[in-house]
Amino acid sequence: MAAQVRVLRQRIRSAKGMKKITKAMELVATSRIAKSQARVEASLPYAQAITGVLTALASNARIDHPLLTPRERVRRAGVVLVTADRGLAGGYSSNAIKTAESLIARLRADGKEPVLYVVGRKGVSYYRFRNRPIEANWTGFSEQPSFADARAVGETLIKAFTAGADDVDGGAGVDGVLGIDELHMVYTEFHSLMTQTPVAKIIGPMQVEDRPRSEGLLPAYEFEPEAEALLDALLPKYINTRIYAALIESAASESAARRRAMKSATDNAEEMIEKYTREMNTARQAGITQEISEIVGGANALAASGSEV
Amino acid sequence: MAQQLHVELVAVEERVWSGEAEMVVARTTEGELGVLPGHAPLLGQLAEPGQVRIKLPGGEQVSYEVAGGFLSVSAEGVTVLAESATPVSAAQGR
Repeated sequence: MAAQVRVLRQRIRSAKGMKKITKAMELVATSRIAKSQARVEASLPYAQAITGVLTALASNARIDHPLLTPRERVRRAGVVLVTADRGLAGGYSSNAIKTAESLIARLRADGKEPVLYVVGRKGVSYYRFRNRPIEANWTGFSEQPSFADARAVGETLIKAFTAGADDVDGGAGVDGVLGIDELHMVYTEFHSLMTQTPVAKIIGPMQVEDRPRSEGLLPAYEFEPEAEALLDALLPKYINTRIYAALIESAASESAARRRAMKSATDNAEEMIEKYTREMNTARQAGITQEISEIVGGANALAASGSEV
Repeated sequence: MAQQLHVELVAVEERVWSGEAEMVVARTTEGELGVLPGHAPLLGQLAEPGQVRIKLPGGEQVSYEVAGGFLSVSAEGVTVLAESATPVSAAQGR
């Protein structure tokens, strides 16, 4: 009886310890969400400005930049997958991986060879474990990505995309480097604290929208240097901005997913503590009752045998 | 009183500076350039490393060291896009 109480007490203690940990992680994740959202907010002015500049440029200049023209034949398609570095975030990473997998299946069905670029340790270990090749990976910043991280990713991708321009069937082209002809990105969009959805978007080649203008012509811009040189310099920056936006949005989603997972873990721990406490009380009471009945029984037996105490 | 110029200096991670100014001086890859109110629309790539000086109405001046920058002048004002922008202390900024 006493042994049972001891075991239960032990369990309660470990559940309490777990609860402390999950509660702490929940609080950390909550503060990270706010921080990530603030960073999403802070990055908006630049994103809007660069979009405006590109629009002005695209409507003034001849558009035949490799980053803008769809390739005639797409042989290899790059897929950038954004996952978490650490677990304990519910279905965050596995949902992103699932979305990437369905995109990869679709690319394969179209006769394109998928090339994987992975951000985050979880995605890397998923593909390593299955012995599938990863072209490049970046880890260690999934919760707090900086623009420098996004630029590192972007530079690799743009290099691969440019290298893909001269590829021929069954091999690399003149430059001897196998590149990619299309670029997709899988990341997790942040809708609210409760909803985050993984999405797959194409980011290269970019599509220029031809919107009919309501009010006449755009102002005639002067360019320093020429428009083509400017486009050359601006487009990679724009891609980097897109990647940065995807990374910080994913970071917000990751924190939100982790907060939710940790919240339910905390609730579970509380439930367990309550259940074990009840069981322990029952067991302790049963022990006491038994002891009393033993004493009473013993006293009665003595009385019945007639011996005086 | 001269017209004023609405200036925004935005870096990728945040908006660095925004407000009204009298003149913006920057160096593009083609050369040094000053923008006064009413300047024709212009898009320029800034020289690397480049300094952007913003002259405020009071005669004061703020300077930023800008990396990977672009300058866009339109009817609405001046926008400086930068990958990173760090303030230069007044003593150095001349």
